[in-house]
Parts: sequence; structure tokens; C-alpha cells
Amino acid sequence: MTGIIGVDTSASLAGASLAEASAGSGTLVDWFVTGVFLVLAGAMILTTARLLWGPTLPDRVVALDLLAYFVAGAIAAYAIATGRPVLVDVAVVLALILFVGTAAFALYVARRGRP
Amino acid sequence: MNPMEIASMSLMVIGAAFCLFAAIGIVRMPDVFTRMQAATKAGTLGVGCLFLAVAFHFAEPDTAVKSVLVVLFLFLTAPVASHLIGRSAYAVRSPIWKGTVVDELEGKYDQETHRLKDDVEDPGEGGPGLPRSDATRPDRPGKG
Repeated sequence: MTGIIGVDTSASLAGASLAEASAGSGTLVDWFVTGVFLVLAGAMILTTARLLWGPTLPDRVVALDLLAYFVAGAIAAYAIATGRPVLVDVAVVLALILFVGTAAFALYVARRGRP
Repeated sequence: MNPMEIASMSLMVIGAAFCLFAAIGIVRMPDVFTRMQAATKAGTLGVGCLFLAVAFHFAEPDTAVKSVLVVLFLFLTAPVASHLIGRSAYAVRSPIWKGTVVDELEGKYDQETHRLKDDVEDPGEGGPGLPRSDATRPDRPGKG
């Protein structure tokens, strides 16, 4: 079974030597990365709840900011899961865009004049 | 299992835990300012730990440099972004939690002009303040 994260999880579960050939980093790291993905998914669900409820616009901006942080963390975990260090470049670009977006939202909230 | 893998997995656990703390904080905290500090501090530390885990996992110089670069950039920009949001939230009178102990700007912040009323007589143009919104700018003719 190859899940959405691209890790051969069934090989890890069976303890077969297939995972050592495909992942290249042993099975224990795969378990930890899967755990990181699950925790990040739960954190994203909680943050999305605040994004949808958020009584005022600044609450939603903070939630959107945190959601983008979690996406950056998921990119890091995905780089470990697939063994592709190129994905760190994606995170560099995302970190750049993230700050500009948050600053623009903050200025928009200030110019809008009401919470 | 070598020490690099142990460090990588430990940092993954710490990072995921702090990301979860940030999410719990943003749901459970009572007003936008406390939510902001939970999200910024815990979220930055969690994501920073995850990128350090990437650096330890691959153990290559170029990947490590890029990961540390991401961490440094997040640590530099997160306080600035959170300060901007907090300033805007205060400027638009976002509700403050009833249990707040001190609000040092209370009575000193002019909500109309977004200027600080302090001991200084007249800060004049270029004093502290946000750019005025269109609704509160008195000398601006109507659009159209």
C-alpha cells in the first residue's frame, strides 16, 4: 500500500526488507514521519476550525498565518518521507511568500477600520 | 541507527508536539492577542524543529544550509508579522479579554487619527501611527 505521503507503509508494517530498498533510511524514520503527518493533520483541522469560526477578521488572519506555517512543516516532513531534499527549496519560497501575505493582510485590516 | 537519525527523530517529535500546542492554543485562547502569541511562538518553534530535523536527516551540507536558512527567515519574520497583526487588531478595536491585567495604551491611543496621545504636545506628521484609513481621513473628497 502506498499512501498519499508516498511512503511504502505496508512494507514497514510487515517489517520486510522492501522498505529498506525503497525508503533508504530504515523503517523507524517512516513511522516517525507518519506520526508527524498525523499530528500536523490534526493541528491543521483545529486551525481551520478557528479560521472558520473566528469571530473577527484578525482572528482569521492569525489562523491563516498558522495554517501556512503548518504547510511549511508538512513540506519538511514530506521531504523526509520521500527522500527528496529538493523540496526544501519549496519551503524557502513559501516562507518568503508567507511573510508578504501576512503583512498585506495586516495592512488591509488596518485600512478596513473595523474588526 | 546513527546519532544523526536519533537527533532527526527527536526533533521531529518535538516539532510535531509544538505544532499541536500552537493549534490547541489558537482554539482555546480567549482573544486575538493571546491567540496570536500562542500561534507565533509555538508554531515557529515547531516548524523550526521540523526543518532542523530535515537538516539532520539528510546530513548534506547544502540541504542543511537551506534548512537553517528557512529557520532563520521564519525566526526573523514571524515576530514582525505578528506585531503587524497585533497592531492592526488593536487599531480596529478588536475585543480584549476581560481578564487582561494591563493595557498600557488605554486612553493614549487616538482611534480616529491612529496617533499616540502622550506627553509630547504634537507629534506632527511622521509621528507614530498607522496609515489612516479612507473612512477617517477628513480632507479626502468622496470617491467618484
